[in-house]
Amino acid sequence: MSRAALLVLADGRFPAGGHAHSGGAEAAVKAGRITGTASLEEYCRGRLHTAGLVAAAFAAAAVLGAEVRELDSAADARTPSAALRGAARRLGRQLLRAARVAWPTAELDALAREFPKGAHQPVVLGVVARAAGLSAQDAAYCAAYECVSGPATAVVRLLSLDPFEATGVLARLTTEVDRVADRAVEAAREVVAGAGVDALPAASAPLMEIGAEWHAGWAVRLFAS
Amino acid sequence: MHLDRDHHHGPVALSADAHRADGSRRALRIGLGGPVGSGKTATVAALCRALRDKLSLAVVTNDIYTREDAEFLLREAVLPPERITAVETGACPHTAIRDDISANLEAVEDLEDEVGPLDLILVESGGDNLTATFSKGLVDAQIFVIDVAGGDDIPRKGGPGVTTADLLVVNKTDLAPYVGSDLARMAADAKAQRAELPVVFQSLRSETGVTDVAAWVRERLAAWTA
Repeated sequence: MSRAALLVLADGRFPAGGHAHSGGAEAAVKAGRITGTASLEEYCRGRLHTAGLVAAAFAAAAVLGAEVRELDSAADARTPSAALRGAARRLGRQLLRAARVAWPTAELDALAREFPKGAHQPVVLGVVARAAGLSAQDAAYCAAYECVSGPATAVVRLLSLDPFEATGVLARLTTEVDRVADRAVEAAREVVAGAGVDALPAASAPLMEIGAEWHAGWAVRLFAS
Repeated sequence: MHLDRDHHHGPVALSADAHRADGSRRALRIGLGGPVGSGKTATVAALCRALRDKLSLAVVTNDIYTREDAEFLLREAVLPPERITAVETGACPHTAIRDDISANLEAVEDLEDEVGPLDLILVESGGDNLTATFSKGLVDAQIFVIDVAGGDDIPRKGGPGVTTADLLVVNKTDLAPYVGSDLARMAADAKAQRAELPVVFQSLRSETGVTDVAAWVRERLAAWTA
């Protein structure tokens, strides 16, 4: 067990398919909602407190041993957009592929057998974090950070934004990432203390769901979601 | 290229494993990379026409902004649509074929599951720069396609694609007189960069077309299934 495993898992270069996804930023840029550093920060803040909180809580609950199939169904129920459900499963499948080589365990193999086309990425992230010897809080951090780092990196490519400015956005959001991770772990603890998956947050961002459906219909786009 | 199939006791293959989950040998995977406009998609289309009667084929394309190459192959009807898959690359085609190959691995495995058994899968990169190469975790061999109109100094400049690809294809030789490219010089420079690795000069508009590349692919397939 090593805390440094968190650095491996959270590394933006971890080969789990994330580079092809913008976390909704491509649709937001085209719609004029992200035009520069300030609006990127607002977008990331909104995503962090909605999709980020939900993802972090699911990842944490998976580490604490909540039943994976129940978590996966609960994640489906919290994702109205079919395009986003599809993207979440593809990313879950890709994460699992990389993780099975990085941290080979019977539990990860069993998960691949049970979900050959992928489970929701945050759920897989939690199971992977456990395989890597990480805690619920580590997994929550990973999920919350990923939900802002993805759009920030994508906007550097989409708007030719100064990469230092984009990194500044991430640095300014870190204390909020802390708070989201803490709230996520609290919710995850309630799940395993007997409240079940209904205790997981269901914060939604309707514009992101709508944007994802719009984006999925484009003939020309840079990112898969 | 026999990889240790017992290394991972997993239910599904992970990357370069030579066998599929059911124990059968997977299809040979050949990558085609090279600069924008050098004729990768046209070469893939010609290969499909040359090989499809004898072999079970599928193609994965990696466009920079999705679907163009896949749609060209569909329009040309070189293969039934269910045998062509487009992977989206998030503006970084070289990442999808080298640094993070997960989406491409998913595509090749899904093709084998859905339209298999397959003998050969061609993985075409989006047009990229001279440093783009395929990961060994994704393909068993790679072809780098350049063309005479892109500048006859490209073989001399080298780079990982030109220097290390298993086959270098110099395409559009019919254009050489019009763009002032010196084919003899390109051949000499390629030889200097690549030593014994093969080079094919081709024009898809000529009688011979893709014949040499198709023969090379058949040799690789014979070695793979031996």
